[in-house]
Amino acid sequence: MRQSLFPHPKSLLLVLAAALLPPLLGVIPGIPVGYVLYLVCLALIYAIVALGLNLLIGYAGQFSLGHAGFLAIGAYASAVLTQRFGWPFLLALPMAGLLTAAVGFLLGLPALRLSGPYLALVTLGFGLSIPQLVLWRGELTGGAGGLRDLPPASVLGLELRSESAYYYLVFLVIVALTLFARNVVQSHTGRAFIAIRDSEIAAQAMGVNLTRYKTTAFALSAFYAGVAGSLYAHLIRFISPESFTVILSVEFLTMIVVGGLGSVSGSIVGALFLTALPEVFARLPVLKDFKNLFIVVFGAVLILTILFFPRGLAGAWSTRTRPIPPPAEPAARPQEAV
Amino acid sequence: MAWLTTLPWGQLIINGIALGSLYALTAFGIVLIYKTTDVLTFGQGELAMFSAFIAFTLLDRLKLPFPVAFVLTLVFALGLGAVVERVLMRRAQQGSILNSIIVTIGLALVLVGMAGFIWGYEVRPFPDPVTGPPFLFRVSPTQNLVLTQLSAVILAVTLVLMLLLFAFFRFSLVGIAMRAVAQNRVAARLMGIPVDRINALGWGVGAALGAVTGMLIAPTNSLFPNMMGDVAIKAYAGAVLGGITSLPGAVVGGLLLGIIDSVAGFQAPELRTTIAFTLLVIVLVIRPAGLLGRREIKKV
Repeated sequence: MRQSLFPHPKSLLLVLAAALLPPLLGVIPGIPVGYVLYLVCLALIYAIVALGLNLLIGYAGQFSLGHAGFLAIGAYASAVLTQRFGWPFLLALPMAGLLTAAVGFLLGLPALRLSGPYLALVTLGFGLSIPQLVLWRGELTGGAGGLRDLPPASVLGLELRSESAYYYLVFLVIVALTLFARNVVQSHTGRAFIAIRDSEIAAQAMGVNLTRYKTTAFALSAFYAGVAGSLYAHLIRFISPESFTVILSVEFLTMIVVGGLGSVSGSIVGALFLTALPEVFARLPVLKDFKNLFIVVFGAVLILTILFFPRGLAGAWSTRTRPIPPPAEPAARPQEAV
Repeated sequence: MAWLTTLPWGQLIINGIALGSLYALTAFGIVLIYKTTDVLTFGQGELAMFSAFIAFTLLDRLKLPFPVAFVLTLVFALGLGAVVERVLMRRAQQGSILNSIIVTIGLALVLVGMAGFIWGYEVRPFPDPVTGPPFLFRVSPTQNLVLTQLSAVILAVTLVLMLLLFAFFRFSLVGIAMRAVAQNRVAARLMGIPVDRINALGWGVGAALGAVTGMLIAPTNSLFPNMMGDVAIKAYAGAVLGGITSLPGAVVGGLLLGIIDSVAGFQAPELRTTIAFTLLVIVLVIRPAGLLGRREIKKV
């Protein structure tokens, strides 16, 4: 079944509005446009990771607590390729994605035998190990000091130094990757993912090749994180192992659950929401006086969102416009069936 | 491989056991909550930390004697756990399992923030429950193995708690009800088990275990809101290594992880966690349900 590129006029409108964001921001007085755009870029980069993570968790039902590790691999790959080896950014970006996808494929191998908390632990260990390995290979990665003064992203000789130029780059990438994710989800592969999520045994019985699709899910998810890593490295132009902690992996997980598991738009909504939240809180006058209360409120918002929108923000939003896949039950509770 | 023989193995293993018993103790709470409610909690370390702060307040501000403060803290934690279940988890568990996990992460953030808000972020010493010279084991004329009394107490408490909990789940009616609820909620309810109350009890006991953990770890690691960060991750790893539903597994996994940590930390401190987790992955690929865990049989 063929579908148009933008099946809903609303989503086309949304994309157009997003494309006009930089000039629109400039009109509103009193807004630090550069900083806001930088934050939006960061949120969109995290949204790319969330898109990939949602393919893995929300669709294929595999767990990961190590996506900051993938982001780090993509960031370091891109940084080293452009800075040390003089690769053009446009080549380093997909290369970072592919390298990370290869690592994702390897991490998918233990997932063939593990599930639930066991798989979570393996991915957590992966996420913890990457920063240590970065420190260990200091001569290549700059060690604890990190890599500074990374070359700015350039497209066909045009250097993207301003925030709004970079915004358009990130914007194009995320539009492309969103469409790609949506197509994957609606394809043969996506249906295989969902079948594995809902019941591995039933999927296998229907002829779904578990080895192939589980490793595909990991590689695909890692590819997204790798591309995001490359964009991250050239946005901040400084990377160090401290930028890729387990906390960040947990944040990615939070983004997709708050946004909506098994929902492409939910990944983006969740990433924008969770990146904006601390920034807004940090500016609220009441919370500014009690710095530590900020974490309390953040945790409380997290809990309340889950309690009142169990299908995520996107689930609450789009039930009336378009049916979304049922909420995922990763690490399914087989016992539930009497 | 010359370094293999030059390592001070005896002391490294003793240090590893001392460290590992902290992991094992924290892992108990994680295993207990997983066993009874099917939720993998990321708030166990923070529950322990918060209870340790309560104990600190009782000891330091109100000048209560240690046993009284200990019991009061346990009661507090029991209540806190039950409230967490009643207010948060019962609702969260209606969604996917990931929803419950995120709620425990939110709980951890709230607890850390509250502790920081109430008591501040500075590192404080926590009174030692035991004082006295460390135990020395003479292995050769030139070498003594050292084990502090606190480590010995922690190890003893860990083993006693393991036996008690093991017996509780094996023989007591409530323990069996908890296992039944974890195995199949619907069937348990049909058998007349008050599922909600059992879940609340599971969280209460889990939090109380956390309180014991906190009060024993705080003297070693000092008291501050993030004191459980590393311990909680290793405890989780230990619990999974041993098999997430097995209490003896939590002890075996925790101690093993402590020893790996101690040896790897001596030989290659910068790769300590990487080595520990690489070994873990190897073990899990060979035994996917952990060392002592039982493989779940899945229904379609």
